[in-house]
Amino acid sequence: MTAPTIERSDVTKRLRAVSAVREFGILLALLLVILAATIANPNFLFSADGWRDLLLTPSILVLLAVGQAIVIITRNVDLSVGSVLGLSAYLTGRLFIDLQGIPTLAVFLIVIVFGAVLGLVNGALVAFAKVPSLVITLGTLYAYRGINVLWAGGDRVNASDLPRDFLALGTGQVLFIPILTIIALVVLIVAGWVMKNSRAGREFYAIGSDPDAAELYGLRVTRRLLVAFVLSGALAGLAGVLYAARYGTVSSQAGSGWELDAVGAAVIGGVAIFGGSGTVWGAAIGAGLLLTINRALPILGIPDFWQRAVVGALIIGAIVLDRVLALRQRRKLLEAREDES
Amino acid sequence: MTATTTDTATVRTYRDFDRPLWQRILLTREMAIIALLVIVTIVASLTVRGFGQPITLTFLLLDVMPILLIALPMTLVIITGEIDLSVASMAGLASVLTGVLTQAGLPFEVAAIVAILVGAIGGAVNGFLVPVVGLPSLAVTIGPLALSRGLAVGLLGTTAVTDFPEFWTDLAKARVGNTNIPVVLFLFLVLLVVFTVLLHFTPFGRGIYSIGLSSEAARFSGVRVERTKFILFVLTGTVSALAGIYYTLRYGSARGDNATGLELQVIAAVLLGGVSIFGGRGAIHGVIAGVLLIGVLASALRLANVTSDVINIITGVLLVLSVVASSFLAWLRKRRRSPGRTPRVEASTAG
Amino acid sequence: MTSNPAGAVPVLELRDIRKEFGSVVALRSGTLSVHGGSIHALVGENGAGKSTLVKIVAGLYQRDGGEFRLDGEDVDFTSTAESKAAGVAVIYQEPTLFPDLSVTENVFMGRQPVNRFGRIDRSAMRAELERLFQRLAVRIDPDRPAEGLSIADQQVIEIAKAVSLDAKLLIMDEPTAALSGVEVDRLFAIARSLRDEGRALVFISHRFDEVFALCDTVTVMRDGAYIATSPIHETSVDAIVRQMVGREVTDLFPKLDARIGPPLLEVEGLTSAGIFHDIDLTVRSGEIVGLAGLVGAGRSEVARAIFGVDGYDSGSVRVTGTSLPKRKPAEAMERGVALVPEDRRRQGLVLESSVARNLTVAIRERLAKAGIITGRSENAAARLWASRLEVKTNALSSLAGTLSGGNQQKVVLGKWLATEPKVLIIDEPTRGIDVGTKAEVHRLLSELAGRGMGILMISSELPEVLGMADRVLVMREGRITAELDRADATSENVMFAATHATGAQS
Repeated sequence: MTAPTIERSDVTKRLRAVSAVREFGILLALLLVILAATIANPNFLFSADGWRDLLLTPSILVLLAVGQAIVIITRNVDLSVGSVLGLSAYLTGRLFIDLQGIPTLAVFLIVIVFGAVLGLVNGALVAFAKVPSLVITLGTLYAYRGINVLWAGGDRVNASDLPRDFLALGTGQVLFIPILTIIALVVLIVAGWVMKNSRAGREFYAIGSDPDAAELYGLRVTRRLLVAFVLSGALAGLAGVLYAARYGTVSSQAGSGWELDAVGAAVIGGVAIFGGSGTVWGAAIGAGLLLTINRALPILGIPDFWQRAVVGALIIGAIVLDRVLALRQRRKLLEAREDES
Repeated sequence: MTATTTDTATVRTYRDFDRPLWQRILLTREMAIIALLVIVTIVASLTVRGFGQPITLTFLLLDVMPILLIALPMTLVIITGEIDLSVASMAGLASVLTGVLTQAGLPFEVAAIVAILVGAIGGAVNGFLVPVVGLPSLAVTIGPLALSRGLAVGLLGTTAVTDFPEFWTDLAKARVGNTNIPVVLFLFLVLLVVFTVLLHFTPFGRGIYSIGLSSEAARFSGVRVERTKFILFVLTGTVSALAGIYYTLRYGSARGDNATGLELQVIAAVLLGGVSIFGGRGAIHGVIAGVLLIGVLASALRLANVTSDVINIITGVLLVLSVVASSFLAWLRKRRRSPGRTPRVEASTAG
Repeated sequence: MTSNPAGAVPVLELRDIRKEFGSVVALRSGTLSVHGGSIHALVGENGAGKSTLVKIVAGLYQRDGGEFRLDGEDVDFTSTAESKAAGVAVIYQEPTLFPDLSVTENVFMGRQPVNRFGRIDRSAMRAELERLFQRLAVRIDPDRPAEGLSIADQQVIEIAKAVSLDAKLLIMDEPTAALSGVEVDRLFAIARSLRDEGRALVFISHRFDEVFALCDTVTVMRDGAYIATSPIHETSVDAIVRQMVGREVTDLFPKLDARIGPPLLEVEGLTSAGIFHDIDLTVRSGEIVGLAGLVGAGRSEVARAIFGVDGYDSGSVRVTGTSLPKRKPAEAMERGVALVPEDRRRQGLVLESSVARNLTVAIRERLAKAGIITGRSENAAARLWASRLEVKTNALSSLAGTLSGGNQQKVVLGKWLATEPKVLIIDEPTRGIDVGTKAEVHRLLSELAGRGMGILMISSELPEVLGMADRVLVMREGRITAELDRADATSENVMFAATHATGAQS
């Protein structure tokens, strides 16, 4: 037989190109939106506030989108993230109010663990009961929100209840980059690295690609699913703390509806809704695109009430686009097989 | 396995059923939920002040009417193994559309018909995306969920339309003569008959069950899988719009956030009523009992001065419990018998 | 021929393994003892319990009784991960790859080489893969996704996985079913080199020539029980078949001559990219046309395209002279085409539905009066067809999944005969059913042809094809490579056409 220094086939090259274009396309769309808004009103980009908001606004959603992307890559979905964020944000406020002088770091840790526990509940129900995650997390979406309302009642946490240095985190900057953005970037880089370079990360992809094969292969599917949901919950917990820091006021409806933005960000960013492909980077860009569109709409003369309609349209568009690409890819691969034989 | 090749010329006789009649009727998931409904109703009547009054029943029926209506087509959709998350958003959109169009000077009746048509079109979009494009409905209907709600909020913002013909708003709350039976109950009963016949007594309904149990086997038997699902999604969209219009009239106001969260109650009720989330199992009477159970719980708790948030928690927990319980029962049975890998053998009516 | 060192501890030892699924006993006493440096054949009819035994070794099922030792130590696997960690690699009939991931990742999933930060060392992984592929003489692009690979290539990747695992016990469950001659030779060379390294191999196959060419020991199973183990040179095909069947094999029921009438089904130039090409075939009234070939040759796909379950790119299908629309099974049924599919449990039946519902699902529109269908009319029709086909069932409301394989097949046949078809396409008519029912099915098919039905029979069992078919078409890699009359069709020339490319070798 001939020496097998195996060349990359043409199809493989093309596929890589397509998936790169998919994420690059979203980045391009993001830049176009920024460009359009800046032309309409230069302050959108070229003012201290404009620049800060551009980076700051998507930061919290990026955290949710990263968690959501990991869950979706395993062929699941976590609809409860908005409620987990709300509960976590309220818990953050309560901790500062009820335990005067508690160190900020301790609050971060407690709330992240709290979010992880809520995620664990989701994960355990999904992984052990083998019930579609969408139904489970739809249930916990309302259950967690209900607990939040029951707990908070008509109360809310006000900025005056929170320590000043904690609030400073929410708006502070280091070298023109908001602290929240730095936190989101660190999480993104770590998650991106893990998903690409670690065994655990690759196993998430394998499970989402074919859950039955993963089971046969001997991957620890149950454990990985638990980890995915715990991560999503913990990130939503972190997002909750940052939400409190950023906005200061936390009502019992904080983060309501964010689950749609998180799912939307991941899907628009090229994470296939049936698992197995996509990256957390794409999801993060998707989050940036969604919220930037949100802010750009009023500048472009469209009432911001339409933002959710835009999200819905983008989600449908992204799902259909990915489906078409997937079908084309399968076809190309089959044809390539033809040519080889 | 012994090989009996010859001498079986005698005509075999076959029994219709392997269980006696009383078992087939009583030992089902549907009967369990009906029994639970009866028990909860009795307990509530005895312990909650005012629950026993006839007027409670009227309000209970008026309140659960949107859920009852949407639960009918949703049952069929879930039996095919799909799900439609966009129903509440569609009801909200229909509500807003009716309001906006009426405000713009159109007669209410015309506005309502347009809204129902939009519901049908929205259902058709789901029906196209899910079966025809071949995407899982669990994921796909999130898109229309966001889009419909987004359009509803976009059209009305935070304002509300409250100016509707009195004739219609009265009708939505009217009772038959001096009884406590709401008039809208008849609308529901008509749809109930339609959907019961469709599901349980037509070739189309037989197709729905086989799709849910094995969509591949159904396709190999000539069941038009895509078309069936498409029709069901259109029906769901249409009935959701109808429920949205009822909702508008009942509360006399069209708002962007009308019927928010209704999808949870509908899905919870359907699953509670014995319909399997994996498809193929369930019956209409169980679903009706499921809706009424949630309605009775909500009504009793409200009378006992518990806030509506608790009701949300309870609905969420009931939803999770009903699916987890089914899996748990299936798992128990699998441990006891069950050949090979058929994890969803449960005792609910299969048609 | 390596002989087992006497007294050495076998790598795998199973004794009286028992496995029940509820009331069904899948395995009564599975016994198997495999030594290092040996290739051990495990043979038996479908349903003899081989796959159940394999799945117990793989950790997929837990045994209900019996002894299970690896290297002399008692083991108790509760997951596939545990058996893998203990050095057991299993190659299943159906390859299980992750379609979205690259070939390289598929081979190393879960045990990629990592540096001390836990970072996957991609270049090491790639180098390792190239070494592996060189050793196995494989040329597959390591970076392409597994999606769209041919079954043979997928099988090769499964083997690469097992080899890289450095398994001490490698079980191959019918690995050659979808392979061509060259590919089988390559697989055998790999298997022998693994044996010479001292590993233990278990080879499950239905092809006796392969068993005799490759293995040194053979164990026969029947009806979930161990029958015999013998060194390969002390046994013969006839002896093994006798042990498998439990009695002398009698001839299959031969097809009776029927009057061949006008063409009922005409297929011309049917093509579906990457799956099958330029399929021409005609089935006439009274005729049984056999479609032979290896698993994966595209036969079932052709059947599905004709019936309309799948689409196709070009070509035409005509039934009694008029053309049939693409992708419309309901239309095909109305025009008198019936398809008894390959996978009875997934495609032929709704297992969790009753016998009555299954028997009437294809005629449900016909049973409805004014659009209303009742249980009574369904049961009446079901009773008729159940008794015609002598289905053995507890009641009409029993779930189809509770019947035996043979009775399930009768239900599928009854369901389609109820539609009174002109053309019957039947894919693997007797796979996994008992000998008695097999004969009944053959007699029935012959009878149906005698009454003027046109039958297209896909079968991987050569005796069945040779005994039943008036004409034999052979497919290989998506093309028809031979058309043989009954008189010309022998097992040699059918197998040759099924495994050798005509014209230029690829």
